[in-house]
This record gives sequence, structure tokens and C-alpha cells, in this order.
Amino acid sequence: MDANLVAAQLFSGLTSAMTLFLVASGLSLIFGVVNVFNFAHGSFYLLGAYFAYQMVSVTGLPFWPGILLAAVGAGIAGVVMEYVFLRRIYGRGGEAGFQILLTYSFILILDDVVKMIWGTDYKSIERPESLSAPFTLGEISVPRYDLVVILVGILVAAGMWWIIRKTRFGRNLRAISDNRDMASCLGVNVPLTLSLVFGLATALGGLSGALSAPTRTVTPGAGIEVIIGSLIVVVIGGLGNFWGAFVGALIIGEVTAFGILFLPQWAILFSYAVMALVLVFRPEGLLARKGSA
Amino acid sequence: MRGPSAAPGNAARGQLLQWIAVFLFFVLVPLGRRSFFITMANEVLIMGLFAMAFNLLYGVTGMLSFGQAAYYGAGGYTVGLLLTKGVLPYSVALPLAPVVGAALALLLGPLCIRLSGVYFTMLTLAFAELVWGVVFKWYGFTGGDNGIQGIPVPEWFHHPLHYYYFTLAVVVAAVAVLRRIVESPFGAVLQSIRENPERTAFLGIRVRRYQLAAMVISGAFSGLAGGLFAGFHRSIGPDMMHWTKSGEVILMSILGGVSSFFGPLVGAGVILFIEDMIGKYTEFWEIWIGGIMLAIVVFFPRGVIGTLYQWTRRKGSRERDGNAAAHP
Repeated sequence: MDANLVAAQLFSGLTSAMTLFLVASGLSLIFGVVNVFNFAHGSFYLLGAYFAYQMVSVTGLPFWPGILLAAVGAGIAGVVMEYVFLRRIYGRGGEAGFQILLTYSFILILDDVVKMIWGTDYKSIERPESLSAPFTLGEISVPRYDLVVILVGILVAAGMWWIIRKTRFGRNLRAISDNRDMASCLGVNVPLTLSLVFGLATALGGLSGALSAPTRTVTPGAGIEVIIGSLIVVVIGGLGNFWGAFVGALIIGEVTAFGILFLPQWAILFSYAVMALVLVFRPEGLLARKGSA
Repeated sequence: MRGPSAAPGNAARGQLLQWIAVFLFFVLVPLGRRSFFITMANEVLIMGLFAMAFNLLYGVTGMLSFGQAAYYGAGGYTVGLLLTKGVLPYSVALPLAPVVGAALALLLGPLCIRLSGVYFTMLTLAFAELVWGVVFKWYGFTGGDNGIQGIPVPEWFHHPLHYYYFTLAVVVAAVAVLRRIVESPFGAVLQSIRENPERTAFLGIRVRRYQLAAMVISGAFSGLAGGLFAGFHRSIGPDMMHWTKSGEVILMSILGGVSSFFGPLVGAGVILFIEDMIGKYTEFWEIWIGGIMLAIVVFFPRGVIGTLYQWTRRKGSRERDGNAAAHP
């Protein structure tokens, strides 16, 4: 195995790790703060990808504004879902089961909505011309677009850290995560914060889908693959733990990228094997949850 | 199934009537003299058994599994592979279907029950997707996404009516066994795990062991249902292991009502009927199923049977709820 190949796989692993991280961190954030396992989170990835297709390929917007609008669109859809439906079942007995069912019904509905609007055939968008050439450094060449995706992932991670740790909104969010009733008593507008968290997290999922659209073809049904991928990530990292999602995504991205070299068809098995190992030896995840997102 | 009945005399008679009514209904379906009814009723029986097997986990033990299709598919592929490769006759292959289902549950179960609640649900889903992925890609053995066509079941079964009554007999026997399990002391432990796992553990019961046992039993009956399906349809594909299949039985159980014994069977009938009706008019049936599920979760969380039950016996159920509330 030569260095060039290793570097190529390393970067391809990093790229998919970043798109995984964007989805998984939102999933983890919703779980940590809103206390909901959003089974439909992958569908917002799907929405983001199709919104990006609509904005860039159909409407003809420039690439980056199109991607941004797609993420915002997915976030708005998320807020609507939380505000209109999810909110009605908070605190109901046997809530976990109802959450799964409600969000599952959204997978089915959004899947069909996407099929109705955009049809079932494969869609793709062109990446911007300035980014289509590879970036070469000596022997190693990496697609420039991948580097940008990695950069965006890191920037989002830093931005999220700043929001959660340094802003008033982040403080409210951590307070709610610790004790929702107490936060409410102390004057935090809990319903509004929950809606905003949901919107932010689904926008991240949408951003991931929009960023992936140029490198992977967009099809309906991608939502479930994405949710299972991010599920594996959060189980490895620790559900409800923001950095856990980051670490888990890096592990899974790289394990899959290098697994492809050894067993091309069964690369997916490696991530399951890692998850099974974590479950056996550290079922609470590598970065155990410390009470805040 | 939420707790054994309170008043033995009346309730037992009511239950017996329920059994007879359900049984008679399925015995008499072929009088409709249309092959559509027979096919439909056959599917309802198979999916109903599958849904009741799922409900042993969810309604009885309180474990929401999103991966039951793996065991259903394992049973189906057991029958399909053994018959097409000419290894064993149907009379041996079908009884092996639940064995394989149980064995798979014994393999995956210990990993899934490492975590509880939502995590458990997601793990069952993830591992079931793994099984599906293997079946889907392993062309040399399972036929990949082509599945297995022309499963050679005995000639006698080719007549729809014959296979229908065979299914009915097997399903009735299986359901009776399931019922016995739920009402046994073992079943009582499962129900107490649903109500409060910590308290059950304090009683000295190994909760995880019982949860695993529930998964294995449910896996066995799901496998049996899958085996019946393979013989019924005579062609199978990885679709029967897909996660949407797991979702379907969840929906059937919830729609029928997880707390009533026949609820999942009723739910299976309703869902299969809706799918068939909607399928005639539009390819977008998922959105309908999703919409129905959304409405149930938001407005009728007790399901069809549960809601009807609540309406007809509002007073009685209120008293019982009062009692239940007093216990914990």
C-alpha cells in the first residue's frame, strides 16, 4: 500500500466523517436537549440534498447561497415538525415509543413527499468549477471539494462549541438539558428554546445532505441509511454528547474508508464490528455523557 | 394483554367468545368464494402471527424492537434455501424456521439488550439492517436482491384453500402457545419488567436474562411466520427483511392496540387492507401509512381495539386504571 493511496483514503474518510458528524451532532443535540430520539433525522439530510438540487440545478442559484438556503429550509421543516407535532407528545406516558413512531411516520411522509415533488430517479448537482480540480501536494492529490467539506465540518464544530458554551442561548440549552423544569422556573423560555434547538439540529442535517449532493447521487430512501450511519456514530461516541459525535464520526469515517481497501463489498461490516465492540466493553459510549450536551 | 383480567368469570367467558369469533371468522372466510379473500386472509394470518410475536416484546415486555424483520426473514430464507437446494422436505424445513429465528435472536439479542429504551430500539434496527445487508449482497448464497423464486413446496399446498387452512391451523396453534406464555408465571415476570425493570430487578429477577428470553421467543415465532410466508408466496426476497417490514408490524400492533391480545391481528388486517386499497390508486402509499400512524400517535394512542374498548367500557376501565394507579 503506497502513501498516496493511504492519503487518499484518509481524506475520503475525513470527508465522509464530516458529513456524518453534521447529521450525528444534530441527532445528539436533539437527544441531549429535547430528549427526543429523532428517527427522522436522516430525512432532513434528504430534504437538504433535494433543496440544494432545487436551488442550484433547477432554480440556478450560485452554489454556496443555494447550499445555505437548503440548510435553512431543512431547519424550517424541522421547526414545523417540532412545533406542530412532536410538542403534543412531550411528557406522555410511554413517550419513547410514541417518539419513535411519530418520527418514523415522518420518514415515510417525507420520503413520499420527496418522490412526489422530484420523482424517483437519481439527481445530481454540479460542484462549483473552482473546486472541481484536485488539490495536489507532491504525490498526493485530493479533490478540492472534499477539503472544503472537511473545513466546513470543522468550522461547524467550532461554531457549535461556541454557541453551546459561550452564548446565552447555549446556557439556556444546557440548563434545559440538565433540568427542564428548573430552567423553566428560572425564566428560560423552554418551548422556544426547544424549537430553536430542533431547527438548528435539522438545519445541520440539511447542510450535510446539501454538501453531499455533489459527490453522492441523491435518491429518495437515503434517509434511512444516513440515520443508521449516524446512529452507529452516536452509539460509539455516546448519545447526547456533542464531542462524542465528532469522535465517533472520525472513527466510522476512517474505518469505512480503509475497510473498503480490504473488503470492498463488505466495508459496512467494519463499522458494525466497531459498534459491537463498543457495546460490549463500554455500552455508554467512548465519551460518556456528563449531563450536558 | 395489559395484566391478567380482573374478574375471572365474566372476563374468561368474554375471552373465550373472542377466540371463537376470531377463529370462526377465519374458518368461514373461504365461503366468500373469491380467491382475493383467501389470499388476503392468508396474508393477514401470517402477518398477524408476526405482529403478535412482535407484541410479546413490545406490548408485554415493553421492548420496542425495530428489527423483527430480520427474524421473519431468517425463517423465510430457512424454508426457501432448504427447499430450493433440495436439502430437506417442507415438513422439516418449516419447523426449522422458528429454530433459526430463535438462534439469530440468541446471537443478536445479547448485544441489543446491552442498552435500553430508545437505544435498544435503534440497536435492533441497526443489527437487522446488517442482516438485511448481508442477505442483499451475498448473491452466491441468498440470491441477493433477486431473492429466491419457485420454492418447491409440496404439490398439495399449491391449492390456495389447502395452504390457507394449513396456515390457519399453524397460526392458531402458535397463538395458543403465545397466549400460554403470556399468562404463565414467566409472562408475569415479562409484564413486571415492562412496568418497572428496576423494581423487578430488586425482586431478585435477572431482568436481562428474561429480556433475552423474550427476544428469543419472539424471534422464534417471527421465524415461523416467515417460514409460512415462504411457503405461501413461494418466492421471497430481501424485502421481507427490510426495515420497513419491521416498521409495518409495529404499526399493525399499535393500530390494533398493543394492550389487547388480538389487537395486532386486527391491525394486520386493517393495514393489509389499506395497503391493498391504496395500492390500486396510487404508488404513494407510504405517505398514507405515515399519515395514519401520525394520527394514531397524536389522537388515538391506545389503537383501534384499545379506543373501542375504552369507549364501550369507560366506567370499568376507569375503575381498573384507578386500581392500577394505586399499586405502584
